[in-house]
Amino acid sequence: MTWDAIDIGLMLAKIAVLFFIILTLAAYLVLAERRILAWMQDRKGPNRVGPQGMLQPLADLIKMLTKEDLIPAAADRVLFAVAPAMASIPAILTFAIIPLAAPETIFGHRVSMQVTDLDVGILFFLALSAIAVYGVALGGWASNSKYALLGSIRGLSQLISYELSMGLSIVPVVMLAKSLRMSDIVNAQAEMPFIVYQPLAFVIFLVSILAECRRIPFDLPEAEGELVAGFHTEYSGMRFGLFFVGEYINIIGLGALASLFFLGGWRGPLLPPIVWFFVKVTAFSFFFIWVRGTLPRLRYDQLMHLGWKFLTPLALVNILVTGWWLSLR
Amino acid sequence: MLGAYLPILVLVVIACLFGLGSVVFSSLIGQKKPSKVKLQPYECGCEPVGTARERFSIKFYLIAMLFILFDIEAVFLYPWAVLFKRLGTFGLIEMGVFIVILFVGYVYVWKKGALEWE
Repeated sequence: MTWDAIDIGLMLAKIAVLFFIILTLAAYLVLAERRILAWMQDRKGPNRVGPQGMLQPLADLIKMLTKEDLIPAAADRVLFAVAPAMASIPAILTFAIIPLAAPETIFGHRVSMQVTDLDVGILFFLALSAIAVYGVALGGWASNSKYALLGSIRGLSQLISYELSMGLSIVPVVMLAKSLRMSDIVNAQAEMPFIVYQPLAFVIFLVSILAECRRIPFDLPEAEGELVAGFHTEYSGMRFGLFFVGEYINIIGLGALASLFFLGGWRGPLLPPIVWFFVKVTAFSFFFIWVRGTLPRLRYDQLMHLGWKFLTPLALVNILVTGWWLSLR
Repeated sequence: MLGAYLPILVLVVIACLFGLGSVVFSSLIGQKKPSKVKLQPYECGCEPVGTARERFSIKFYLIAMLFILFDIEAVFLYPWAVLFKRLGTFGLIEMGVFIVILFVGYVYVWKKGALEWE
């Protein structure tokens, strides 16, 4: 693939639009979460800044930017500074492989609605989710605080445990699509979304991404009742903001991947592709918030048992059964 | 085919600039009134006791080692899954044997109690 001026211009435009979309979505997901949780708990939620609280994300941003940026005296300064970026940058990079809509033809160029269509898309995603673990690990270790250390150790073993079941639950999708490329996976679902063939893999993936996002009921790394704020206890100002925004970008990204792997991505009847994709991602985000409003936090041994003794063997058996079923077809 | 990675490089640079820029901007306009007490690690308002560089449970190391073993084995499943149709029945039986061996190791780990949290 050679790059001419139009290609480079299109690439930069796509990256700019993507950046705008994910930052806006993340900011409004925070607001949506606060409003929806408030509604579920019979409270009001933030409704004073702008109509229905619509300007609250802006107010939060200004507040985080103007807050004092503390680095504890005992902290490891370099790692402490790098950790928030390590948490948020992989979350942003995941979006590079996500197709937002069907390919269009603009100026005689066939433009795919994704930043790049890697032939190893799924491996790229798995690599990024492994790098994202460093944000939690380094942040907690560098803080030199007991709560942060406990939170980060818990977070580390939770994230790597559930990465296993998440990775294994995508294997049947690869078997059905015969490709690691995202566009191929979406195209393979033209007739039927993969959730019809792989409901079990979908459930395993959904539980695993809940754990990967460190959301309730899997929020043990930051369990506020016992660990104050877990691995980001010592963080303040915009560094905390990066952790925070990374977490919400991660929710949107993993929701988008779940809809790509199992619900056919932007494919759907009647409505335009981008609307379908947006609807699916919003549905996943709402599901995450709903779960947070419904379930209590797991105990640590229950968490590890669910990951290691239930989801992982189930995903392995699912791979074998899928292989057997596909070879019969 | 390396051209497909150029957008990723650009995105990495922009994402790093976003991370760096927001922190630098915040340190420029944010207030700075550090004090000795403020820079201590948070311990619910009490004087911090000892250091946080403590030893922690061996269980966590064990989980990390198990993860490496199982994750490497999971990586072998991907090339097989892509070429699944071309490899045919032979490939399926081979992978069945591989997963059964993996399961034997898994059962061993379970029976040894490496997955218990007491």
